Amino acid sequence: MKDTVLEMRNITKEFPGVKALDNVTLEVKRGDTHALVGENGAGKSTLMKVLSGVYPYKTYDGEILINGEIATFHTTRDSEKAGVAIIYQELALVKDLNVAENIFLGKLHQRGGVVSWDKVYFEAQKLLDDLGVEVDLSKKIKDIGIGQQQLVEIVKALSVDADILILDEPTAALTEAEVELLMEIIRKLKAKGVTCILISHKLNEVMEICDRCTVIRDGATIGTNDISELDEDKIIKMMAGRELTQRYPDKTAVIQDRVMLEVKSLCKWSKEDDSKKILDDISFNVKAGEILGISGLMGAGRTELLMSIFGYMKGRQEGEIIIDGEAVKISTPKKAIELGMGLVTEDRKKLGLVLIQSIVNNATLASLKKVSRNGVLNADMEVHETNKFVDSIGIKTPSVDVQVQKLSGGNQQKVLLARCLMTKPKVLFLDEPTRGIDVGAKYEIYTLMNELAAQGTAIVMVSSEMPEVIGMSDRVVVMHEGEIVCEYSRNEVSQEKIMLYASGGCND
Amino acid sequence: MIKLNFKKNISAFIMLISLVVIAAVFSILSDGIFFYPRNIAMLARQTTIVAIMAIGMMFVIVAGHIDLSVGQMMGFAGTVAAVLQVWYKWDTAPAIIAALFVGILGGVWHGYWVAYRKIPAFIATLGGMLIFQGAKIGLGKSMSIAPMNESFAKLGQAYIPAYIGWIIGSIAVIAMIISVIMNRRSKIKFNFQTVPVGVDIAKTIGITLVIFVAVWYLNRYQGIPMPVMIMLVLALIFSFVAKKTILGRNIFALGGNFEAATLSGIKTKMNTVIVFVISSGLAAAAGIILTARLNAATPAAGDGKELDAIAACVIGGTSMTGGVGSIPAVIVGALVMAALDNGMSLINLETYWQYIVKGLVLTFAVWADTMSKSRSE
Ligand SMILES: Nc1ncnc2c1ncn2[C@@H]1O[C@H](COP(=O)(O)OP(=O)(O)OP(=O)(O)O)[C@@H](O)[C@H]1O
Ligand SMILES: [Mg+2]
Repeated sequence: MKDTVLEMRNITKEFPGVKALDNVTLEVKRGDTHALVGENGAGKSTLMKVLSGVYPYKTYDGEILINGEIATFHTTRDSEKAGVAIIYQELALVKDLNVAENIFLGKLHQRGGVVSWDKVYFEAQKLLDDLGVEVDLSKKIKDIGIGQQQLVEIVKALSVDADILILDEPTAALTEAEVELLMEIIRKLKAKGVTCILISHKLNEVMEICDRCTVIRDGATIGTNDISELDEDKIIKMMAGRELTQRYPDKTAVIQDRVMLEVKSLCKWSKEDDSKKILDDISFNVKAGEILGISGLMGAGRTELLMSIFGYMKGRQEGEIIIDGEAVKISTPKKAIELGMGLVTEDRKKLGLVLIQSIVNNATLASLKKVSRNGVLNADMEVHETNKFVDSIGIKTPSVDVQVQKLSGGNQQKVLLARCLMTKPKVLFLDEPTRGIDVGAKYEIYTLMNELAAQGTAIVMVSSEMPEVIGMSDRVVVMHEGEIVCEYSRNEVSQEKIMLYASGGCND
Repeated sequence: MIKLNFKKNISAFIMLISLVVIAAVFSILSDGIFFYPRNIAMLARQTTIVAIMAIGMMFVIVAGHIDLSVGQMMGFAGTVAAVLQVWYKWDTAPAIIAALFVGILGGVWHGYWVAYRKIPAFIATLGGMLIFQGAKIGLGKSMSIAPMNESFAKLGQAYIPAYIGWIIGSIAVIAMIISVIMNRRSKIKFNFQTVPVGVDIAKTIGITLVIFVAVWYLNRYQGIPMPVMIMLVLALIFSFVAKKTILGRNIFALGGNFEAATLSGIKTKMNTVIVFVISSGLAAAAGIILTARLNAATPAAGDGKELDAIAACVIGGTSMTGGVGSIPAVIVGALVMAALDNGMSLINLETYWQYIVKGLVLTFAVWADTMSKSRSE
């Protein structure tokens, strides 16, 4: 019988107006990989922040026992010393420092106050090699993709010898291959005797890698079971309190003949390096009522494609864009929105939300004309319009005046979606629309997508989750190194085919 | 709900308390002279210049930039008005319009470099500061330019007759009551919960009292000073712009998250230019009032005033990283700075001490604010 490495007893944590945790209990066995699952806003991240000292001792009720001893963490340093390392859901790297500097931030190797950079790079490279991660140590964080940032974050957490490693939705931004790599890393750690706590909305991962699983709902523990006693449906039932019979709603919308967006031989060159082609001869179209899925690996140019069409990416661009039968030039996002396009970005923190502002202000940001008269805003109208979406996509919050940064990650994503939908776009670009969203809410978003399609919206969805692409799209195109390499209809598409083309295995 | 609201207003609360403390201390040290109607009128007038500049500065800081040129812009615009009137015999109205126009041009200049040429605002406006300082001294030939026409000087020196003061006060109260009623109506129309009628009534009565007491007090001396009236009107207008218009929302979004604002279809460049135009324009307005009050333009006018404006913003809780700020709070910030100046002169504190005290107060005020914020997390 394994002994208990961590016990959290009757943890209660309140924020002004919200009881985020109510008597939560969590027991983790030594060397286990322990899953923590629950809906958006259930309190998972909060519980882990309590554990890691982000919320200091005494700002919560209850007690934490590590190796049987009561722990009183006042800062994250205290918990680090006790062997607890955490990777936050919202990445916490310094954007302007390079990878190596970030890995050893606050603990750079030094002698007499002078940093020995050779040693820093040497040790950093060793850590990367140990874990089989490939990143350029000298690149700044802001210049690498989110997936890679996530990996750096993990390496950083492991740079201190941790007994307990907490991973808060580490795979939300990773591609399939990167997820595989992470799973491999977790297995290695497990072999070394490290206990991992994994928060994830991807239940297949949980089933694959975890030993035990705790479900919380509305800030309360529902139960802890061995994985062998569970399956995905059981977990969902515990999370939501009801059964979810289908993952993807049936699509009833009919695809109309009207082509809403047509892109002809779009080419794009890098802004920094004019000889570098980012997008090569891209042509595709979407019809009213149709959902087009774009699949591919990280770096295949999917986000760049959406951003270029939307007028956000700078750099030389050639090719034709036709919206609803009319050839258009889109130089700014403003123009794109006026032409009836909408975009939900994949990077909600950097490109999406004004974190310090309220839900209302964020939701109405792209539709201020709609809630104003002669440039003067109508606050009540704003709240009214926002409330519609709070209800329809289920944003969990005590009030729409709450600052967005105080919402759980999944609920932040929903606010972003609300902003885009409020503009009532004819052509909707969704870049990883369900990133960090729980299974139940995903279903609601899929339903919403189908409804929009039924109303005649043309939807383009980029997603790294293959089941999602396959389950939702009428047509799927696969991108590889800036080109569209193949196209399948709903009936032809399969995970194997996508994988083959996405990895460039079938370049004819 | 009320608890939430209190947390939100905690920094405003701290600021008011510190204002009261400052007033009490000076009142005691000056044997009560601080609260004489005459001194209060003076204090109000001293506040106006910094307050008007601080209003503009708030927009710039909220948008994530800074404007170091406002002090010199104020001096330059004041000199422009004086030169045109004294040397070229322009009438008051055209002289004022010309000075304001100079302000607006200055703002366009900064806005262009910051928004379209991507020069950091700190540098662009530091350049502007030197340029305007040179222009001010050159244009005025290093002389004091005086006297202004009587109609011009009135802008800075006149008092509003008591009965008109009461009328203005009453209009303000009526406007407020109407807005409270409209607010309730709108809430009911959208089926929102309204605050209990009692709360609204209490609030209305409270603000009415404040307005009437202020009018009565200022009337005990000579009435509401003209520049104070101008400042209040500007504060009202720009408060409205900040909170209730698309323009204001765009500016706050811009400073809160530039990329997000761009992707939401906000014309970021245009808005950046507007922000600098507001700031420079208001600095010019402050310059006009200063020239009117002194009845002259001087070569040193406006020197160092940009720092007072920034300090007023910071004491008023404006976030230096952008995205957060409120005009009433900034006005209180300006009042704090002016009260310090005024009080310390009253008790004949030596100048060097005045600088040191102001520096300390600035530091402590911001510290108290950050503390209260991290506490309420
Ligand atoms: N700083 C804060 N201030 C106020 N409320 C907060 C704060 N942080 C979290 N909350 C609230 O606490 C609740 C739990 O949030 P938490 O982030 O723990 O959810 P989660 O389970 O991690 O959800 P997700 O899967 O979406 O990440 C939410 O209702 C959230 O709004
Ligand atoms: Mg979370």
